[in-house]
Amino acid sequence: MRLILSWILVGGCALSLSAQKYISEKSVVSFFSDASIEDIKAENTKSTSLLDMASQDIAFSIVIADFKFDKKLMQEHFNEKYLESEKYPKSTFAGKVVGFVPGTGGKQNVTVKGRLTIHGVTREVAVPGAMEVAGDKIVANAKFIVTLEDYNVPRPQLLWKNIAEQVEVTVSFTYKPYEK
Amino acid sequence: MKNNLWSVALFVSLSVAAQDDLLRQLEAATEPSTQYTIQTFKSTRLVNSQTVESKSQGELEFIFAHRFGLINDGIYELFGLDQAFVRLGLEYGLTDRLGIGFGRNSVDKTMDVYGRYKVLRQSTGVKNMPITLTAFANMAVETAPRNRDLPEPLSFEDRTSYTAQVLVARKFTDKLSLQLMPTLVHKNTVDRTLESNDQWALGAGGRYKVSRSIALTSEYYYRFDVPAASPYFNAFGVGVDIETGGHVFQLVLTNARGLTERAIFTETTGNLAEGDLHFGFNVTRTFQLKKEK
Repeated sequence: MRLILSWILVGGCALSLSAQKYISEKSVVSFFSDASIEDIKAENTKSTSLLDMASQDIAFSIVIADFKFDKKLMQEHFNEKYLESEKYPKSTFAGKVVGFVPGTGGKQNVTVKGRLTIHGVTREVAVPGAMEVAGDKIVANAKFIVTLEDYNVPRPQLLWKNIAEQVEVTVSFTYKPYEK
Repeated sequence: MKNNLWSVALFVSLSVAAQDDLLRQLEAATEPSTQYTIQTFKSTRLVNSQTVESKSQGELEFIFAHRFGLINDGIYELFGLDQAFVRLGLEYGLTDRLGIGFGRNSVDKTMDVYGRYKVLRQSTGVKNMPITLTAFANMAVETAPRNRDLPEPLSFEDRTSYTAQVLVARKFTDKLSLQLMPTLVHKNTVDRTLESNDQWALGAGGRYKVSRSIALTSEYYYRFDVPAASPYFNAFGVGVDIETGGHVFQLVLTNARGLTERAIFTETTGNLAEGDLHFGFNVTRTFQLKKEK
């Protein structure tokens, strides 16, 4: 009985706060890899994210083909040979923001915990980041390392050892209230 | 206690479900897009023939192609390696769809210039297109033999020929791509007992990827309305594509020794029935001259 009551309570809270959803209006997801022959960097400005401030759930969706490289051929190889974006077009994240205290101003250090999917492989991750409420906007930043092997992303065996074992991923999102 | 554990488990699974639900809401809120197929082929060349691929904007491709002599000439000619026919070429992407190129082939000392335009791009999503279609056209001038070596000089027009191709390809799976190549070659001057000015051919070919970096290729060109006296054969070729970063190495076996369209489609001298095959290779190197911004 107590259990049911508590669930009703939780459900009620969630309902009353359901308007507190935020959607990304600007985003930059970039990665950098410091390889032996030349550094590789790419930027994606079309990623989307939804943040539920009531439950502090957060979701990201990143289209692999939207990563732009300086070299077009490298971009094609990235899609065709490494991330296999025709088979796995998106990278996603679904999880929770831990450590954010609503109502306090300024930048807050948080941890985002959840399931990151890259190249069809899903792994539990915990990523340190920062969040800040600015007016009706929310700004979120994070920087973390992705180990390619964890996601079955193959490395070149032949001449071109251009992709390092680990890549540094930087994400930066600005959210606005989401009406729906 | 047990009850609490269950409630924790339930709570965790519920929160995971809620997070996944949020992701679904996000996907629903995201505007659908079009996914264009990339790398139907690894190179702008299949074996001898062009592919639907063009260079991206600002990319310059250097193509170094070689065909050796006939393998069945035996050990005296080191299985053809004593002879070599070469084409050096450059191709540049003016846009992601429009490319221009030129080259010189040692067979008949031929200079060629060409253009290609990707008219249709295979895609899924909002825009659904089952094929990639590229129009290709070139002009080639045979500069050999020299006029001073001829009893009667040949004019520039006499030495000139044109090729027009519609290249239609589909990447069926990430491994298999097939291409059809209706082709028209026009030669300004011909010996009409052996060939006509306008010659039609239909080519078919494809590639199969055996690993991320290696693919097998093959192509065949069937010529229509060939005069009985024609000394030429239908062009055939098989190859292996090996891709390493900015390079593509294509090792080929073909009965054609020419490396310009006119020579490949209408002047192939190797008779497959007698085992006339040339070993050869195409090596391409792509340079990004202009960064996209």
